[in-house]
Amino acid sequence: MLVPVLLGTSIIAFSLIHLAPGDPARTIAGQHASQKTINATREKYGLDKPLYVQYGIWLGNVLRGNMGRSIASNEYVTKEILHRFPSTFELALSAMVLAILVGSVAGIISASKQYSALDYTFMGIALFGVSMPVFWLGIMLMMIFGVFLRWLPIGGRMDIAISFHRITGFYILDSIITGNMAGLLSAVRYLILPSIALATIPMATIARVTRSSMLEVLRQDFIRTERAKGLSERVVIYKHAMRNAMIPVITVIGLNFGLLLAGAILTETVFSWPGIGRYVVTAVRMRDYPAVQGCVLFFAFFFVIVNLITDILYIYIDPRIHYK
Amino acid sequence: MKRKQETRAKELIRRFKYNKSAVFGLVILLMLVLCAILANYIAPNSPSPSPPELFNKLRPGFWSKEAIEGMPLGTDALGRCVLSRILYGARVSLSAGFVAVGIAMLLGITLGVLAGYYGGGVDAAVMRIVDIMFAFPALLLAIVIVAVIGQGLGKAMVAIGIVYTPQMARIVRSSVLYIKEMEYIEVQKAIGSSNSRIIFRHVLPNSIAPVIVYGTLMLATAILDCAALGFLGLGAQPPTPEWGAMLSKSYSYIVSGAWWAATFPGMAILFSVLGLNLLGDGLRDILDPRLRI
Repeated sequence: MLVPVLLGTSIIAFSLIHLAPGDPARTIAGQHASQKTINATREKYGLDKPLYVQYGIWLGNVLRGNMGRSIASNEYVTKEILHRFPSTFELALSAMVLAILVGSVAGIISASKQYSALDYTFMGIALFGVSMPVFWLGIMLMMIFGVFLRWLPIGGRMDIAISFHRITGFYILDSIITGNMAGLLSAVRYLILPSIALATIPMATIARVTRSSMLEVLRQDFIRTERAKGLSERVVIYKHAMRNAMIPVITVIGLNFGLLLAGAILTETVFSWPGIGRYVVTAVRMRDYPAVQGCVLFFAFFFVIVNLITDILYIYIDPRIHYK
Repeated sequence: MKRKQETRAKELIRRFKYNKSAVFGLVILLMLVLCAILANYIAPNSPSPSPPELFNKLRPGFWSKEAIEGMPLGTDALGRCVLSRILYGARVSLSAGFVAVGIAMLLGITLGVLAGYYGGGVDAAVMRIVDIMFAFPALLLAIVIVAVIGQGLGKAMVAIGIVYTPQMARIVRSSVLYIKEMEYIEVQKAIGSSNSRIIFRHVLPNSIAPVIVYGTLMLATAILDCAALGFLGLGAQPPTPEWGAMLSKSYSYIVSGAWWAATFPGMAILFSVLGLNLLGDGLRDILDPRLRI
């Protein structure tokens, strides 16, 4: 399942440059390149060879980590992506943690107090949440908390006035490693609004799925037995029901992690967050095809890995599931 | 036969009336459609006056003393009436969603029926393509397609239509797989009906319920994604009054306090998506109770 999908993805990424209008050699060499440069490029990239040979060469390069040079910056695409990856991952991870915490708690409370005012409130908010245009929510958060209240910064990753030593590229981690308290504070402050914006949709989805899954579990016989045994409601819900209700929730979390990347494209654009999402938009606008190809491969790879991790998690959560 | 169909339709309408969220969603949708159709008549101003009335730029709306008469929601950075642009934008954004979903339905139903009904190699091939397309977040795939075919509203619609095709194909395929095993299909085969007759007269009409349900929900996300592409500058281009593009042109002005030009178009997106989600959820409960999440 993994390998065919990745191969298919690579074919899509490879075809990009050939499906795009115009001569691929000119595309790679740039719009203003001389005929000589174009010819040299054609030879260098083997663009005069048959397509399947070209694909082979290209795939070989990609597997060795060489995705070509960006037309816009003339840097290696791999380098550009790896440089931006930590910032996207930091954002996605903090959004996901927020979404899981808030979403699952709201879902559990809603289910255990079904048809209460609290349940209706949470589910009402969740309904708005799944319909929310992320980019608009980002703008609204920025406007309220950044412009009007001035509580939080409106864009970027860190205060430029702060001296900061980049090690891993995960700013929070780096600040902790170097003991840079001012840096940590600044990084967290810059992270809050984009994380909330990005977390909204998965949070709402997780809340809805947790609720319905919990309701289903709570109707089962073993829950009635436990209540009859005299176990406290807290133990019944948080220990026994929750565990059984988590399997569909994990599926949704896995699916949403991939969707978070799509959300990151918009959130990063709104908050000028220097990540891969913003990079891919700029690359498309500038027709920087090698960069687009790299991002496509990267996103798909990430998506597939997340799905794989989700599948592995099932085994730990539900001992009945086996893979042979 | 005729009478039975009538009672079935009546029963569905009755169930629909009792489903508050579906009715509410339908009301929102109808209001938006009316705005779109009647934009010429109800919009107070032209959505893009030429030459631009720059002296009116970024003026607030009815809540402020600085408001210009006849521009209740204020003006944008080029002095255009925000309300009028939102009303005309309904036309653009809704039709973009409908076209995108229409493309997805056309392609998805064809592929889904082929895969589900004929099975075998066709099925395997279609499903592999679907799997590969599922490895991308929808918006990213749409961006990639735009990167190939070019920017613009029409191309964004096509891109989103292609992106939604696999979902539709999968839904149709699974319901075709189920219907194919029904006895009435077996009867048709036994009396020698041709495949195309079976497909068009029996399989398709019976697999339409999930298509309607998911088509409605898909319309919600299609409008959202079209707006997102417009926001990123890859969809509708200025001066088209499209909600997403309106946002992207106005949000940099919130720093100077002009919040209205970015706030109202977003609300229009939110409410249309919300309405369609409510309607879709309601239709799902009504048409196919088994699908309830």
